[in-house]
Amino acid sequence: MRKTVSCTINGRAYTLSVDVRQSLLDMLRELGLTSVKEGCGVGECGACTVLVNGRAIDSCIYLAVWAHGKTIRTAEGEAADGRMSAVQQAYVDAGAVQCGFCTPGLIMTSTAFVERHRGRKVSRQEIRRAHAGNLCRCTGYETIIRAVEKCLGRQAEMPSDDGD
Amino acid sequence: MAVGKSVTRKDAAAKVTGRARYTDDLPMPGMRWACYVRSPIAHGRVVRIDTTAARRLAGVEAVFTFEDVPDRPFATAGHPYALNPDHADVADRRLLTGHVRYQGDEVAVVVARDRLTAEAAAARVAVDYEELPVVVTAEAALAEGAPALHPGGNRVNTLRFEAGGKVDEVLERADAVVESRYRTPIVQHCHLENHIAYAYMDDMAHIVVVTSTQIPHIVRRIVAEALELPLSRVKVIKPYIGGGFGNKQDVILEPMVAFLTLQLGGVPVKIDLSREECFTSTRTRHATVMRGRAAAGRDGSLAALDVEIFSNTGAYASHGHAIMGASCTKSCNLYPRTAVRFAATTHYANVPAAGAMRAYGSPQVIFGIECLVEEAARAVGMDPVAFRIRNVARRGDVNPLDGHELLTCGLVECLEEGRRRIDWDARRRACRNQDGDVRRGLGVACFSYGTGTYPSCVEIAGARLILNQDGTVHLQVGATEIGQGADTAFSQMVSETLGLDCDDVHVVSSQDTDVSPFDTGAYASRQTYMVAPAVRQAAEALKGKILAHAALMTGQAAANLDLRGGRIVFAGTPEEALLSLSDLALDAYYHKQRGAQLTAEASCKTMTNPASFGCTFVDLEVDIPLCRVTIREIFNVHDSGVIINPLMAEGQVHGGLAMAIGWALYEEMLIDEQNGRIYNGNLLDYKMPTFMDIPDLGCAFVQTREPTGGYGNKSLGEPPIITPAPAIRNAVWDATGVKVDEIPMTPKVLYRYFSGAGLL
Repeated sequence: MRKTVSCTINGRAYTLSVDVRQSLLDMLRELGLTSVKEGCGVGECGACTVLVNGRAIDSCIYLAVWAHGKTIRTAEGEAADGRMSAVQQAYVDAGAVQCGFCTPGLIMTSTAFVERHRGRKVSRQEIRRAHAGNLCRCTGYETIIRAVEKCLGRQAEMPSDDGD
Repeated sequence: MAVGKSVTRKDAAAKVTGRARYTDDLPMPGMRWACYVRSPIAHGRVVRIDTTAARRLAGVEAVFTFEDVPDRPFATAGHPYALNPDHADVADRRLLTGHVRYQGDEVAVVVARDRLTAEAAAARVAVDYEELPVVVTAEAALAEGAPALHPGGNRVNTLRFEAGGKVDEVLERADAVVESRYRTPIVQHCHLENHIAYAYMDDMAHIVVVTSTQIPHIVRRIVAEALELPLSRVKVIKPYIGGGFGNKQDVILEPMVAFLTLQLGGVPVKIDLSREECFTSTRTRHATVMRGRAAAGRDGSLAALDVEIFSNTGAYASHGHAIMGASCTKSCNLYPRTAVRFAATTHYANVPAAGAMRAYGSPQVIFGIECLVEEAARAVGMDPVAFRIRNVARRGDVNPLDGHELLTCGLVECLEEGRRRIDWDARRRACRNQDGDVRRGLGVACFSYGTGTYPSCVEIAGARLILNQDGTVHLQVGATEIGQGADTAFSQMVSETLGLDCDDVHVVSSQDTDVSPFDTGAYASRQTYMVAPAVRQAAEALKGKILAHAALMTGQAAANLDLRGGRIVFAGTPEEALLSLSDLALDAYYHKQRGAQLTAEASCKTMTNPASFGCTFVDLEVDIPLCRVTIREIFNVHDSGVIINPLMAEGQVHGGLAMAIGWALYEEMLIDEQNGRIYNGNLLDYKMPTFMDIPDLGCAFVQTREPTGGYGNKSLGEPPIITPAPAIRNAVWDATGVKVDEIPMTPKVLYRYFSGAGLL
């Protein structure tokens, strides 16, 4: 069975006919948005993270039909006019990219986090908790945390409250 | 000067924007899906297989069982071809098997028009098995009368050697002898991109395989061997790859997709393993059991190390026959003035096949050694750091096994830097006489490792440089970027030698074996070292051609000219530009009477293998009633020679540290010792560390300048994973007084040890 889904993806309006069994992950990849990666298909790894109405979700366990009326953002849409977003640039500068397979999903989790906490002081533990749904095997997470800290203007002179 | 600078990764923008294309991002019209039929039992023989129901399903194009594939065993280990047949890899695999040897073994394969149909059809293949007795542990597999997994029995090989003295005599005379047994678990690489490959034919003869691999040129050879084809009929393309850590230094899906497209008239056929299949049916890290003894003198000398180790390679050899040899010999550079003896047995068992995983057995061997050394230091009443500084390798030491002199060694400086940085003496004093529920401890461990595989294997690398019309260059290498940053490091080398900005050095990140220079790929932390001479030669040759052309254009002697920052200058007055490289390039390409496309290529063999060194320091707390370890501070200090790119190097250290913390505290593939059933083959039940589980990570480098290396560098990719686990174990001992001799140190394990010691 197919249904029509109308949604906004990376700022553009789409009306799509989707199989009701289809995941949002598959729908987005079929549109060519291959930043959305499948690492497990069951919501364990976070490689398929996209933003739905500003919230980071695992698109592999989110039905495409649920996207009706929603605003969706993927890593492709974060770079505009030939410029990377602040979060993307912070990842590049912090050395937070290695194999890159988890990166687009993490970029979206960080983007949601940074938008939610703009202007607020955050601890490393808060960053960790908010990113705990995204697995990365290359970086040990350290440089990703640094990238997020950099986006929120929180520099190294602030003591870490990790372990509190 | 680009070497030594944290220039931005070549592929960083492609990856943060999601534009980098991995194997699954390269669709082909008409792509077929293939899905394996896997054994639900760990050991048995197929007595009946019925594919009728699977074939009837609409959309199914073919079903092949073990009876339909070539009865030709092949080896899968990603090693270079060995001219000496005695050094050939163990050929114990077929495309499919009727003798299943682990839960998940492959008896048939289904090809269909889409994934769901392929999976549904695979579930409709009916298979009856005659169950055979299961062996899971070393003890069971090597017991007399144990069921043989392979015709030669369950012992793959045993390696024995002694060096630096007579260990028995030293043990007899020693002031103190300590002895213990250690156990390390089966763990999985957990690269985020699962194994995936597809193949198609683009004419009557040639097969193209696109695959997520660390070793495209080796894949080409092994596919040809498995299918008995001339090597030149196979072409392997490696796009971006989502991590490997050794699991893609093995040939797993490629022979099958090549076989399937060959059978199906050249249509594209893909296998994309699920995460669960990746856990059970790719490769793992070998579980080991070690019995070790160490002898120490009251003068603080580490007199002898005596190691007997059993390494479980699972259902198939993969790299198993080579890993213990590599790891035991590499450890001989650590304490070169100590008599050492190794006896290492590798065996089959009814568990998933183990293969290469970051640092290739060294974490297991060094875990045992660094636990023993800790014990030896305590036995003679010495501080663990001081004891190690007294005994570890120094520059000028000679490896007792192979007789090679250590031309660079900064290990003492690494230990001193770590001791200073963690404020060892003061914090150790603070840890004495604790009796609360939460106790703090410090730990240390150190390692030696190699750079590449010589002299076990050939070391060969190639590089090609092409001057573009716009004055930039393209670099092609056969070495593979797998996330570690190799492409960027190579571009820095070109920049350094050629005299061009890094931004003007483009690196072709994908390999195509028809086109890319020959190189054996990403493993053994070899690439930055092995590719350096090829890049350097090619860059020097290209520079010579550029300056010769500049001489033609300007009428100046080439010897007086130089290339700096993309401009031709007089060597004496480099600040003054004579000619831009882009003008020169246009002239070289398009002048009707002079010039040519300016290119240079080099292929180099390397006959050196310098040791790299380093150590981990950790400060942690143990909550005894909760049996929980919390790391307060952890860092590695490395001697990897000259650091080509500090920011990327730091990333390698963080990644290794985190993977090692997982190995030390959380990760283990749980397999039933009675029936070989795998209990946690997925990312929910298998505890790969999340953001919440990894503390702040630190690193420091002691830079030496390795004279044999093109740019003074030594290995770094794998080494960071070697020492965190024994350092953590030694710190737990320091905190609690309890010697835990197995990992992972989960609450369940710690409960057993703490109860046994009367702490609970």
